[in-house]
Amino acid sequence: MSKGSPISPSLMATKSAGAPKAPERADRTADHAAVVTDLAAVSPVLGPNNVVPPTVMTGSEAIVRSLEELGVDDIFGLPGGAILPTYDPLMASSMNHVLVRHEQGAGHAAQGYAMVTGRVGVCIATSGPGATNLVTAIMDAHMDSVPLVAITGQVSSGVIGTDAFQEADIVGITMPITKHSFLVTDPNDIPHVMAEAFHLASTGRPGPVLVDVAKDAQQGQMTFSWPPKIDLPGYRPVTRGHNKQVREAAKLIAAASKPVLYVGGGVVKAHASAELRELAELTGAPVVTTLMARGVFPDSHPQHVGMPGMHGTVSAVTALQQSDLLITLGARFDDRVTGILKSFAPNAKVIHADIDPAEISKNRTADVPIVGSVKEIIPELTEAVRSQFEASGTPDLTTWWAFLNNLKETYPLGWTEPEDGLTAPQRVISRIGALTGPEGIYVAGVGQHQMWAAQFIKYERPHAWLNSGGAGTMGYAVPAAMGAKVGEPDRVVWAIDGDGCFQMTNQELATCAINKIPIKVAIINNSSLGMVRQWQTLFYEGRYSNTDLNTGHETVRIPDFVKLADAYGCASFRCERDEDIDATIQKALEINDRPVVIDFVVSPDSMVWPMVPAGVSNDQIQVARNMTPEWEEED
Amino acid sequence: MTRHTLSVLVEDKPGVLTRVASLFARRAFNINSLAVGPTEVPGMSRMTVVVDADGELIEQVTKQLNKLVNVIKIVELTPESSVQRDHILVKVRADAATRLQVTQAADLFRASVVDVSTDSVVIEATGHPEKLTALLSVLEPFGIREIVQSGTLAVGRGSRSMSDRALRSA
Repeated sequence: MSKGSPISPSLMATKSAGAPKAPERADRTADHAAVVTDLAAVSPVLGPNNVVPPTVMTGSEAIVRSLEELGVDDIFGLPGGAILPTYDPLMASSMNHVLVRHEQGAGHAAQGYAMVTGRVGVCIATSGPGATNLVTAIMDAHMDSVPLVAITGQVSSGVIGTDAFQEADIVGITMPITKHSFLVTDPNDIPHVMAEAFHLASTGRPGPVLVDVAKDAQQGQMTFSWPPKIDLPGYRPVTRGHNKQVREAAKLIAAASKPVLYVGGGVVKAHASAELRELAELTGAPVVTTLMARGVFPDSHPQHVGMPGMHGTVSAVTALQQSDLLITLGARFDDRVTGILKSFAPNAKVIHADIDPAEISKNRTADVPIVGSVKEIIPELTEAVRSQFEASGTPDLTTWWAFLNNLKETYPLGWTEPEDGLTAPQRVISRIGALTGPEGIYVAGVGQHQMWAAQFIKYERPHAWLNSGGAGTMGYAVPAAMGAKVGEPDRVVWAIDGDGCFQMTNQELATCAINKIPIKVAIINNSSLGMVRQWQTLFYEGRYSNTDLNTGHETVRIPDFVKLADAYGCASFRCERDEDIDATIQKALEINDRPVVIDFVVSPDSMVWPMVPAGVSNDQIQVARNMTPEWEEED
Repeated sequence: MTRHTLSVLVEDKPGVLTRVASLFARRAFNINSLAVGPTEVPGMSRMTVVVDADGELIEQVTKQLNKLVNVIKIVELTPESSVQRDHILVKVRADAATRLQVTQAADLFRASVVDVSTDSVVIEATGHPEKLTALLSVLEPFGIREIVQSGTLAVGRGSRSMSDRALRSA
């Protein structure tokens, strides 16, 4: 008699795998932040795993001590009633707490910090509105798989459920947008919950974890000892890919004549750019890097064919469409990449490697699914491909490359000068990238400027490009840039922002100015909600309903960004002419004692091209308005 | 749409039912029934979830469920390899004239009368959902006043235990 069978092999793999294999020592120079993974292999408790003998303290002291033991250096937060007990011992801690002006800023700053360092970002807020102000950032981190721990105060356990002052069921509110969440009402639970939260946030598919601590649990006495025992019987992420699947993948690669490496943000999160490059160069296949993966494979590499998707390059979009094999690494077939799903890459077989089994065959059915960390899968795949090539020969990709190179040459990224005589926003962004170079960090908001920043800055390394990809959160740039600068103080950090986005979170300029976090903000000021306006131009007969922001040329300029930035203690400039662009950027690059804000007044009529309009096949990509590339007859 | 019975072993932690229920709601999965209760292992509960979903969707359902940190193990129980039971309480009109017919009908289904009043009886029955449907259609002509039904409970046939194996692999 059989007792029911588990549903799928990949499912079994998730929950029944044994202890994960210790990853090989990470190459610090190639991808410095991998050191976190290294420690995680030794113990699931992050940090140096100091031994602390049982010590009596309060719950709030235990929160601070746990953070210290977990190796946290920087925290972003804002206090309030229910989290007050924790802010008291925080004052004595060596950890750097950055006092933000709005909790959403704390959340995005923690995200930016996590994205550039690979470490867990930490934000703290009080109960009720403090906690709900974190919601957007938590959701953003969830969509983009950012390791984040959000600590919130909660009203005392005795009054939970009574609609007490500043009470909100933040665990309930964030349930669908967190990887996991905890409500702590017993101070003795604090050390293990904190360790579990950091373990969950940073391993497997990274994501946000919420720890909601009742005020009486912060005030109560407890016995602290370290390291605590992590007890998560239902959490066993698979890191090692299945050998047989890897060999199957290698066979498909050896047999493909139009392969494409479809590379997503998972490769950035796994710190596997060096491994990716080796696989790419061995296979000779073209590489597309998604919006979340820009820089993980150098733009300057001859095998890079661009960013795919709604505003991708013709060569990248077409490479995917015409491919006979998608080698998908840490990407998730997002609708902005695939367009109409059933017409996406219709003739391609699919290899899909991802650490989250639920992503595999969610949108596009995989022929060869590989569950595991791309950090481990890619080198194994490289070895398997090498043996396969030795056995069956290296495939000839000459025709494929001739086709793609022709597209790259015929349809390079570019822009037309605006007819209103104002500056082209693309020029500003491209000059910022050129004058700052690939060692800088570029953080975008959401909209046209985000797409142009993804298109016209040349990315040569991972962790240099940050944006709100899945969530599309306007207002991400300034606080995320602030967090990035705290995490990487020696790098130049640019927030490339829109005039709409900037007005959502610019209060963090005060935080930057006071805490000496000298970010640089380039407002690409087209005086409108540009991306919405573009859609109105294209799909609503130019009826500009509620998209004019009156911040640009020949408007009332409310607010005056230069005065606003000045009021916040920032250096501020306005640049309205092409000939001033370089000099203004240079001035900004020379200032390092305070934040810089530049109001680049640009044309409101510039549009993002190429574009695959929503709801159509990627084959309908337009290089400019109503202009579709001419395809070769046989395709 | 095919009906699937999933047995889900979960940690007995606050909010775990909400997590499962809200996951189904958010991903637009269709729950037919859900039953939850403690198991032979302290700290562990077991949910029996009946889902209407086709092949690829049921795989997505189980994968998403598995991502919940409090979910320890999921097994699909097929009708052939498991025992599946629903539990029902039915209040039926039954006066002196019809009471005997009602109780006889209940007897035929091995259901029992658990409450009697002058003009009604409450019948308790356990069985496969189809048997309970048949019982209800027999009781229908007498006049059904209330129905209370549990979600399906299911257990695999044979000596092996789901929680046993789950704990070993942990």
